[in-house]
Amino acid sequence: MKYLTEFRNGEIAQRMAREIHAVTTRPWKIMEVCGGQTHSIIKNGIDQMLPPGIEMIHGPGCPVCVTPLELIDKALAIAAQPGVIFCSFGDMLRVPGTDSDLFQVKGAGGDVRVVYSPLDAVDLAAKNPDKQVVFFGVGFETTAPANAMSVHVAKRRGLTNFSLLVSHVLVPPAIDAIMSAPGNHHPGDEDPSPGTTGPQVQGFLLAGHVCSVMGYWEYPPLAEKFRIPLVVTGFEPLDLLDGIRRVVIQLEAGRHEVENAYERIVKFEGNPAAQKLLAEVFEVTDRAWRGIGVIPKSGWRLKDAYRAFDAENRFQIRAIHTVESPLCRSGDVLRGAIKPAQCPAFGKECTPRHPLGATMVSSEGACAAYYNYGRFLSAEELAGAGSALSGATHG
Amino acid sequence: MAENAVLPDFSRWSCPLPLKDYPTIVMGHGGGGKLGNELVEHLFLPAFRNPELENLGDAAVFELESGRLAMSTDSFVVQPLFFPGGSIGALAVNGTVNDLAVSGAEPKFLSASFILEEGFPLAQLAAIVDAMAEAARVAQVRIVTGDTKVVERGHGDGCYINTAGIGVLRPGIAVGPHRAQPGDAVLVSGTIGDHGMAIMSVREGLEFESQIRSDCAALNGMIAEVLDAVGDGVHAMRDPTRGGLASTLNEIATASDAGIVIDEPSLPVRPEVQSACEILGLDPVYVANEGKAVLFVAPEEAARVLEILRAHPLGRDAARIGQVTDQHKRMLVARTAMGSNRVIPTQIGEQLPRIC
Repeated sequence: MKYLTEFRNGEIAQRMAREIHAVTTRPWKIMEVCGGQTHSIIKNGIDQMLPPGIEMIHGPGCPVCVTPLELIDKALAIAAQPGVIFCSFGDMLRVPGTDSDLFQVKGAGGDVRVVYSPLDAVDLAAKNPDKQVVFFGVGFETTAPANAMSVHVAKRRGLTNFSLLVSHVLVPPAIDAIMSAPGNHHPGDEDPSPGTTGPQVQGFLLAGHVCSVMGYWEYPPLAEKFRIPLVVTGFEPLDLLDGIRRVVIQLEAGRHEVENAYERIVKFEGNPAAQKLLAEVFEVTDRAWRGIGVIPKSGWRLKDAYRAFDAENRFQIRAIHTVESPLCRSGDVLRGAIKPAQCPAFGKECTPRHPLGATMVSSEGACAAYYNYGRFLSAEELAGAGSALSGATHG
Repeated sequence: MAENAVLPDFSRWSCPLPLKDYPTIVMGHGGGGKLGNELVEHLFLPAFRNPELENLGDAAVFELESGRLAMSTDSFVVQPLFFPGGSIGALAVNGTVNDLAVSGAEPKFLSASFILEEGFPLAQLAAIVDAMAEAARVAQVRIVTGDTKVVERGHGDGCYINTAGIGVLRPGIAVGPHRAQPGDAVLVSGTIGDHGMAIMSVREGLEFESQIRSDCAALNGMIAEVLDAVGDGVHAMRDPTRGGLASTLNEIATASDAGIVIDEPSLPVRPEVQSACEILGLDPVYVANEGKAVLFVAPEEAARVLEILRAHPLGRDAARIGQVTDQHKRMLVARTAMGSNRVIPTQIGEQLPRIC
């Protein structure tokens, strides 16, 4: 298991945590953008290993969580139509729309299928010429190349029964929006006005997978504009600790640079072949983020040359009336303004069994990660929980 | 599909003449008439042959030594029907055998009911029956009664099987999910997640190349050796099938009103299973097993039980993974490789593969 166990070594992790303790002199707020990183931080208890002043703020990087409710409702309406095979990645199936979710649509007779690649959906379209095959193409820059490839291949194969329900979102505009929000640090903004609710993020872990596609050439202007360190970071425990360590070292030294702590995967220029394909298929557009609102130029849509493969055009779903749960504060969670357990509904009205918002559904969603890994316990309860184990299993 | 690679060897099966008229199941095979009788006479009876079945009465009649009996039933709807390391037939026998064995019973007699879809290839049914006969032989149980129904094409998924089983409880043995006690050692009889990932690797639309095989096996022999040696030193046992190890441990924590803490790095997981789980975004603690037992053992017996398990061919990778505590009642906590703690809850439904 090359590249897996090496990056989960508990002893090295403890050593890196000690290094972080040694260099930290002040409290710092660091945001991990990516939901996969949130999941890994909580699963491995990375935040339990950090100095008390270092706060990890969980960003809006869970693709399932930020997909707008309106688009989920459209997906449900399309999936319920006879003659449609609706394909999706697994964790979209339980995301609540206004009245239902894809599991319920499937239970009611809709042909909803979990696939691992949009290209499998293209194959399904070729095998089922009498059906309309729709792939739910959500996600950040990470999943975009495969989705772009699916319409590219479908066009080349002359398939007229394949389409993509697209809601791609982009990381750099999201960072810009978070840093521009009231209450966040701005250059020369020494004392944020009292009463503001921004997360006051001081540094970022950049999403390693996103950067494996896009590189990190887009980020130096952001580092400069907001005077914040940005460190490209992977997903294993040691990757995360290294990313955090590098952000803290920069913060302590008053530097604000873009660094790469995920060199085994990410190059500065990214993956040029993927970027070329993306540029051919997609164009930048304004996107609504669930819980956050519209962020200008923060997403991709299909270009005119590929518009024929746009499921929104093909199915013309009208009369969508979305209603979000009034209790759910997933928007505040996604912006990093509150921790999941600070939402009054957390663990009460809202659990993975009865999620009110998308952040409680996907394992990458901050609320679900908190709930699943026991963050309904206090830090002391959790720290004491394993004490019965000491030495017992090595007999 | 990779079906060719996993279909069993049909060459051992010689189709008796009358059955060759119908290479696939027709409605008449479930109709109680001549076709159904032919299926019994030429397929089920030769495969399962034993005195209790041979009477072909409405019920099997048998004698058991007096004492406490255990009874269990399970239905099997797995797809695909044949997978690396097993088939629905082997599962149907071993699943019920294991449910009896982990209850502290010696499995004796099984029933087998088939719900077949019209058009199901007879050769596949024969291969399934063959696998059941072989599994019953290995587990030393008899299939003594059965039933076949046929549903119209489109109303079933090829072949469903229900088995029920009766076993005799050993005197002096009282294992139960509610009997785990603080201080008990938690042992698992081998690597986790093999069955679930073997199924995933051949499921339509998800095929990936791997050497992962299902761990499908009857555990009664190995468990009998443990009970022979330590008797009531074993407090609770379970076979962690659907929902995996995590669900089983949570169930026992709840039933016993105790906490369980496990040492995550000590969990035995095959590297290929771990890798497949990583790719698909799954956690092996939630992946199904079909040939593993979790045992809650008095701490002073733990080393001995581990030794017995490891000496058995099905328990070579057995490991001590944690213990029962009077803290955090009804909750399963894992100590991670990082030295931090996390709660492992019961899954809501099936594990959903992640987007990225």
